[in-house]
Amino acid sequence: MRSPAMRMFRSLEGLFCVYKPAGVHWKLVRDTIETNLLKGLNATPALPLPHEVRFLSNDEAGASSGLTLRAASVPILSQHPLVTGPEFQLIKVGVGHRLDVSSSGVLVLSVGKGNRILNDLYRTRTTRDYTLDCEFGTATQDFTHAGRVVERTTYGHITRDKMEKVIAMLEGANQKALRMYSNVDMSSQEAYELAVKGLLGPDGKSVPILTSLRCIRFQPPNFTLEVQCLNETQKYLCKVVHEIGLELRSSAVCKGVRRTRDGQFTLQDALTRHQWTAADVMRAIQQYRSKKKSKKIFRTRTDEVILQTSEEKLTGPEENRDNKEATEAQSS
Amino acid sequence: MSSACAQLCLRCRGFLSSMNSSRLYYVQIQHSVRKDKSTKIGEGLLSRGNHTAAQTRLSWKRPTSCYFGITAKYLTTETEESKLGTDIAEYKPALLPTVDVSPCPPNLIPPEDLDANDHCSALEEISDEEAAAISIPPSIPPSSVSLRDYVDKSETLTKLVQLGVSLWKLEQRPNVGSMLLRLDFNRDVAPRLLFLKEIGVEDSRLGYIISHNPFILSESLENLQARVNYLKSRKFSSETVASMVSRAPYLLNFSVKRLDNRLGFYQQQLKLSASNTRNIVARLPRLLCGSLEPVKENLKVCKIELGFKENEIQHIVIAVPKVLTTNKKKLTQIFDFLHNTMKVPHHLITKFPQVLNTKFLRLKERHLFLQYLGKAQYEPNLPSYISLDRLVSLPDEVFCTELALATLEDFYLFQKTL
Repeated sequence: MRSPAMRMFRSLEGLFCVYKPAGVHWKLVRDTIETNLLKGLNATPALPLPHEVRFLSNDEAGASSGLTLRAASVPILSQHPLVTGPEFQLIKVGVGHRLDVSSSGVLVLSVGKGNRILNDLYRTRTTRDYTLDCEFGTATQDFTHAGRVVERTTYGHITRDKMEKVIAMLEGANQKALRMYSNVDMSSQEAYELAVKGLLGPDGKSVPILTSLRCIRFQPPNFTLEVQCLNETQKYLCKVVHEIGLELRSSAVCKGVRRTRDGQFTLQDALTRHQWTAADVMRAIQQYRSKKKSKKIFRTRTDEVILQTSEEKLTGPEENRDNKEATEAQSS
Repeated sequence: MSSACAQLCLRCRGFLSSMNSSRLYYVQIQHSVRKDKSTKIGEGLLSRGNHTAAQTRLSWKRPTSCYFGITAKYLTTETEESKLGTDIAEYKPALLPTVDVSPCPPNLIPPEDLDANDHCSALEEISDEEAAAISIPPSIPPSSVSLRDYVDKSETLTKLVQLGVSLWKLEQRPNVGSMLLRLDFNRDVAPRLLFLKEIGVEDSRLGYIISHNPFILSESLENLQARVNYLKSRKFSSETVASMVSRAPYLLNFSVKRLDNRLGFYQQQLKLSASNTRNIVARLPRLLCGSLEPVKENLKVCKIELGFKENEIQHIVIAVPKVLTTNKKKLTQIFDFLHNTMKVPHHLITKFPQVLNTKFLRLKERHLFLQYLGKAQYEPNLPSYISLDRLVSLPDEVFCTELALATLEDFYLFQKTL
């Protein structure tokens, strides 16, 4: 018979995402989640103690008529929770794509068997969305506003048009990189088909690539960028902002990096700090599971449709995964 | 005898020459001179005392005389030994028979004794009563990594578990497990528990105290009584002592002198009155148990880094004694945010010292939310004033409805935009 704690743990296994506050290391977030989950798991009622039959001498009666033994069933204390310790003392909590200390946003975490799914998440080519809060006028050593100031510049000459021009140029350069790092021959039919579906891209490791870049707010000296990217680090994004500043004959620093989406996990799913309890995490994981299940049904249907329409379709594990991604993109 | 002497001398000579050669290795100038010297020393040794030739060379005088001292010692011991040897030889016949008389060590039982003990005969039939009386030694492993194997067999451990002591935590500490096993419940444990009950500790706290401080079970009762008496002589009421002991389990393990030192330190360092010192110690008895170094550091941080005046520090400590033991990094982080971002002056922080005791993220989120709504106004003279105390101490729902005048969902959504 499984204990209630074990049953609860089984229902906890899976992926979920939290909102990491700025200024906190991701390891601390992970450890907090782990302790909270442990607290929740160990608060479940323990199994009743098993009993064993032992022969006890009853001294009151034995004083007169020699020693007599009586059978009594006593609880086995060696299995008492105070002796064995709580049932769960360690949970494997894995962390998805990392966020550095100064940036905030969606951080994917996994519990138990979810760690295996996390590996798949790493392998699939999913993009992430960022919102970058930037400011013209200064250049610092580490490209963030907290770093040591290296240079101060004017920014009166910058207009929205000039900004758009630079962004378009950057996007073009990144599109080229995207084609360069995808492992298909550019003059082949396969490449054409992938490009039509918008699935060209690097497999696994590559340099950071920005798949889309947009300026959503422009009020000099402040402006906000929305970035969609692959294989990035937060430091790289800050550097991009710095380069945009240089390209505009000025300088810019990044005041905040915020991740708004990681693969299929969006801000709506993310748990804020007060929700980092076992109950809330369990709800989030159940939600993720039900979403995945419905998606699977949808996916099998669309796969059938695709098989019917295209006869000469290349069949391979890579292809299948790409198709899945396409359907994911459609559904989300 | 003489041949043995000669052998010893030869050995000495070998030793000396090896020493010399090692010396020669370091100082290579007088190589040849030393070589022949060493042979001379050897000759001198053999001629026993005829070492004038060696002594005339000034450069060699020290070490050789030293070596001679050694050899002379060897020779005298040799003679003594030879004397002893003759003595042993003389005694030998007298000693041997005694050895024969009592050959067996005391722990070996002689065979006739085994025969006399008829109870232990394997073929003897025994009555039921006797059979019941035979005590079978319990199958306890002689050594184990866990107390789990002993709990069912040991009366002390069983009773401790029933008290609510978490043994799994105690067994992780070095030497505690074996100490607990060696205790006898009626002799060691019960008097201490009764003592704790006598000074007013509640039954439910006994398990907590022992799980945190098992060493209270090995402390002598007179010491415990002396410490309680000391605390009472310092005008702590008996209820206060009981609550202090149940919240700081290590309190009674410290000597009276140490307790006195601690109390004196807080009174002098903070220049507090006796009643105020009693007050803060009663509220945070941990102060008497921990190290004083971090407390000193925190006081310096408050004074130099944060720039509080002495009377302000006094006021803060009396209101929130925990400031003395918090992490100084957290303290400066919160103060930095309060003073430099929220622009709260020192005297306001002194007025509401609870803000130094909150979580940094909580303060930051709430302040930014109020700022976003345009309600971050902490100056008491101006309208729509928000007191720092209410800002940090209210729960989220009340904060949203009363201070921010917004819904809780909005506040949580706002947290996701930071």
